[in-house]
Amino acid sequence: MHCMQAQIFIFGVFMSGLYYLRDYLRRHAGIILLGFGFIIASNLLGLVLPYIIALAIDNVSNHGLSSQTFIFALILLGTALVTGVFQLGARFIISATSRDIEFEIRNNLYKHFVKLELSFFQQRKLGDLVARATNDMSAIRMFLGPGINNLLNTSVAILATFIVMATINLRLMLYVLVILPLMSIVFGSLNSRLHKSYRKVQDQFGEVSAKAQENFSGIRVVKAYAQEREELRSFNITNSEYVKRSIQFLRLDTLLWPAMYMISGIAAAVLLWQGGADVIQGRISLGQLVQFNTYVAQLTWPMISLGWVTNLFQQGSASLARIREVLEYQPEIADNALTNPEAQITAGAISVQHVSMRYDNNDVLQDISFEVPAGHSLAIVGATGAGKSTLVNLLTRTFEPTEGAIYIDGNEIRTIPLEELHKAIGYVPQESFLFSMTLAENVAYGNPEMSREEITNALDISQLSKDIADFPHGLDTIIGERGVTLSGGQKQRSGIARAVAKNPMILILDDSLSSVDTNTEAEILRRMRVFMKNRTAIIIAHRISAVKEMDNIIVLADGKITEQGTHNELISKKGFYHALYRRQLLGEELSLDAGNLPNESFDAKTYSNSATNE
Amino acid sequence: MAAVFFQEDEMLGKAYDSRIVRRLWKYIKPYWRRLLLAMLFLFSTSVTDLLGPVIVAIAIDSYITPTGAGTALSLQARETGVFHSAALYIGILSLGFTLRYLQGYTTAVMGQLIMFDMRSEIFAHLQSLSLAFFDRNPVGRLMTRITNDVDSLNQLFTSGAVELLGDVTTLVGIMIVMLIYNLKLALITFIVIPPLLFVVSRFQGAMRDSFRAQRIRLARINATIAEIISGIQVLQLFNREKQSFEVFRNINNDFRVVSRRSLFYIALFFPVITIFSSAATALVIWVGGGDALHGIITFGAWVLFFQYIDRFFLPIRDLADKYTTLQTAMASSERIFRILDEPPAVQDTPEPLHLAEPVRGEITFKNVWFAYNEGEWILKDVSFTIPAGKSVAFVGATGAGKTSLISLISRFYDIQKGEILIDGVNIKDIPQRELRQHVGAVLQDPFIFAGDIAFNIRLHESRITDEQIYQAAAYVNAAPFIEQLPGGYSHVVNERGAGLSVGQKQLIAFARAIAFNPEMLLVMDEATSNVDTETEYLIQDALEKLMKGRTSIIIAHRLSTIRNVDHIIVLHKGQIVEQGAHEQLLNQRGVYYRLYELQYSH
Repeated sequence: MHCMQAQIFIFGVFMSGLYYLRDYLRRHAGIILLGFGFIIASNLLGLVLPYIIALAIDNVSNHGLSSQTFIFALILLGTALVTGVFQLGARFIISATSRDIEFEIRNNLYKHFVKLELSFFQQRKLGDLVARATNDMSAIRMFLGPGINNLLNTSVAILATFIVMATINLRLMLYVLVILPLMSIVFGSLNSRLHKSYRKVQDQFGEVSAKAQENFSGIRVVKAYAQEREELRSFNITNSEYVKRSIQFLRLDTLLWPAMYMISGIAAAVLLWQGGADVIQGRISLGQLVQFNTYVAQLTWPMISLGWVTNLFQQGSASLARIREVLEYQPEIADNALTNPEAQITAGAISVQHVSMRYDNNDVLQDISFEVPAGHSLAIVGATGAGKSTLVNLLTRTFEPTEGAIYIDGNEIRTIPLEELHKAIGYVPQESFLFSMTLAENVAYGNPEMSREEITNALDISQLSKDIADFPHGLDTIIGERGVTLSGGQKQRSGIARAVAKNPMILILDDSLSSVDTNTEAEILRRMRVFMKNRTAIIIAHRISAVKEMDNIIVLADGKITEQGTHNELISKKGFYHALYRRQLLGEELSLDAGNLPNESFDAKTYSNSATNE
Repeated sequence: MAAVFFQEDEMLGKAYDSRIVRRLWKYIKPYWRRLLLAMLFLFSTSVTDLLGPVIVAIAIDSYITPTGAGTALSLQARETGVFHSAALYIGILSLGFTLRYLQGYTTAVMGQLIMFDMRSEIFAHLQSLSLAFFDRNPVGRLMTRITNDVDSLNQLFTSGAVELLGDVTTLVGIMIVMLIYNLKLALITFIVIPPLLFVVSRFQGAMRDSFRAQRIRLARINATIAEIISGIQVLQLFNREKQSFEVFRNINNDFRVVSRRSLFYIALFFPVITIFSSAATALVIWVGGGDALHGIITFGAWVLFFQYIDRFFLPIRDLADKYTTLQTAMASSERIFRILDEPPAVQDTPEPLHLAEPVRGEITFKNVWFAYNEGEWILKDVSFTIPAGKSVAFVGATGAGKTSLISLISRFYDIQKGEILIDGVNIKDIPQRELRQHVGAVLQDPFIFAGDIAFNIRLHESRITDEQIYQAAAYVNAAPFIEQLPGGYSHVVNERGAGLSVGQKQLIAFARAIAFNPEMLLVMDEATSNVDTETEYLIQDALEKLMKGRTSIIIAHRLSTIRNVDHIIVLHKGQIVEQGAHEQLLNQRGVYYRLYELQYSH
């Protein structure tokens, strides 16, 4: 009874999965129906083959003509050929269509991914999201391809075979009908237990991997503290638990196929016993007994695959649910009814009014208000965790404030079309993410049609141009994961070039000079000052040298503005800014002790790489 | 990088390599009794499989459509005979069931035990390898060895080799029984085998290539999605949604096109096998039918041929899969053995010397020359002595050889010329384990293990008590933040210390160094600019405490640290160019003066 309910449940899951995919299915309806036709045809013809064998045997037992055996042989071969063509057609059409649908869903998933806001990705693991576009997609494909194919195949085969068997001998058919379904039942119940057991194995496998990965990544610490033996001991504990769980799994897993053989063998034995008696009694012919036997052998796979299909449907619908979760997730930050398609950013005047931001019950920002007139510059300083990055991320609408409003050129930020907003802003994150493409392509990311000259100019401003000679293919060197690895400073400078090259009205530097050495920083700032003329600039920085010439400086502490003014004003306030300044001055004081220093550069190129390891 | 490694790992060669197999045998040997048992089960299973159709044949000839002696039997007796045959059939079947299960289970368990040994050996060997090896081999690659490659070897033991042997036994058994029953009919049926093998081998090559092409395309999809998600903010802020979709669509389509090819092969393969088996059946109908009509063979024998043909073609269908399994396993073993054959670059001497207790911690470099790659000297003729208990800072531009120099004291690498002495003993003569128990190191990247805070401080060293952990943490200013974590010292941190700031990780690394209480301490403290001012102060203060009372060598980027050391050594392009106290060196107006100007002044 329980099993029955489970079957009904799975059927429901299957139907709702199909319903969800109806648009995709409808698009391919013609070809799918053709495939179905082939499946039915190949199954019906498959029934004819044992019949021909039966006729041939009976022809001999009735002392028929020797020439007829040759004709039966030819008919058998001909039927097999036609069946083969139908089988090929059925398998290929259904599988290829499932690939097409997989392709379409994956495209849609991708299109949806790039629309979602950053917080969606931050709340989820990268590996998990990638798995949705790959593993889950294959599960859905298996559901649509082999899943549906097998379901139909099996249903047609079982139905047709039992009908034919019934016409030969109803009693024998009933015996088979009682025994063979045991296969699906045993397979199904073993399989669900195996599934649970296998998950335990997989979990432990994860532990083994994690342990190894951690050891290899932290090998320096392991060696420095002479922990090799202890690490091996600890690895082996994890390792042997894995073996233990695997063996538990195998105890059951290795039972599966022998059990299937056994059940199909029982059916064959019963046929031999009962069918043999029928032949002796003359109720059926010897050929028909062989035919029956062949049918039982032919039904073995469809019976097993019923259990397998159930699994495919379960996995497929679980995966479908995971895909739906993404596809049905509505981005909170998107163009909507509030959006005014006419709203434009023409000058870059920013006004932040009473903005607060709560995240996970923490007040990240509280009642922040400030103005940056068009063409002016603003610096934000403060301790780590003060809310600086969050604040600038509100200006790009990467996050949305909980309270308050932001205006750019008098337009409330939510009324500006996202594309327009993003076009106006050049943003440099602290850890510049660079794509696996050439340096030139990365710099021209905002506008692929950019000229070579514009790219070089941007690289000059960010001072990366002096490093380019060292790259194997200059501007066309592939960087990132599959290419040349850049140092932290070089990455930041590439990020600056990318933002500058976009020619934005508003430039935001989110602590993006932290890995750049002071000399290069000074040079970048000098060139930036020219570039920033007539542009609005917001710079987050730790070093006083980077912020002291800005039009206005904000000090953030625990999400609140605690100080505000120009460098000189803030120094005279003797607060946080002043203390920061004092501490950084320590270095300068010492160098003054040593007398007046000439400003000569010492091996500056090596220094620009100071963020890399030796 | 990922794509490149992927292709490397995809290289397949021979399915059988005697050199590799001989070496694999060493891993099987400890379990030879199990193997023998599994083999025994395997052969017995094959025999029971063969017996089923024979019983049917006998039942047909003796009872169902009797010839010869059987014709004399009454209907009643014939029915009883059929019943007995069926009962025997069930008996054989049950025996086969038990044997098949035992064979599968024995083999699978053996596979697991061998895999345990193998993983353990790889892991142990990697522990003995020096850092130079880890510099060359990315973690991802090593992971593949210990997980995927070991796993594909398991496939070899469980499904590949053993099943193949079982299949071959069954095939040969079927052929023998067929030949015994009727030589002519058997030989005629075997006519289909050569063309079948030819077709199967052609298919197998084409399928393998297309599967490989498919896997490479899928890896590309993986990499693209991972990249786009990592860079989603940049992508959106630069309005690249549409263009990036076009790129992705092409990659996705590429995968579809390649998959279609392999689909076609799969779809074609099974019908082709069916046609071959039908051809064999047709031959049996034609030739066997004629013979049966003329009484040359019995009905039972004829039906036996039909039944055997079905069983004959099943294993052939899976042959291509098995071949690929073997190939993959060979390639995996080769990669595993390559790692196991890697000799540790740094080895303990067979006749070690020991440091005299108590260890004082005097470090001496005598004309030390060192290079990672031959001819590219990183250190050239470096000599100095650090008296026990004194602190020294190394200063120099990036690439001057500072980090290398302190890696040498822990003997992470061996020097080419000269000597490094601790309390007068050459470090090459001290067992590495003993040496590193006396030389502590705080590394540039403060590595945090998955586990609780206490574990991260004491690692596996059970002699360090909880009390010592608390003291160490308090001493280096780590206690306040640790105590604020939920669970305090038993707070579990994730892999790589996610959730802790860089500064906090550094303080934990300091606590670790203090808890181990080494006589000598090496600190690589290069610029960590994203530490807030408050933590910066704590780190600075902790550093000073760390150096107290023990020989310390530090690579510092903090001015305060440099001012607190006893001695400064300036390295420039692998050589010591200046040394002395801070003020003294500044007054020299040499390299230090200029370095200082660049590195520490604002």
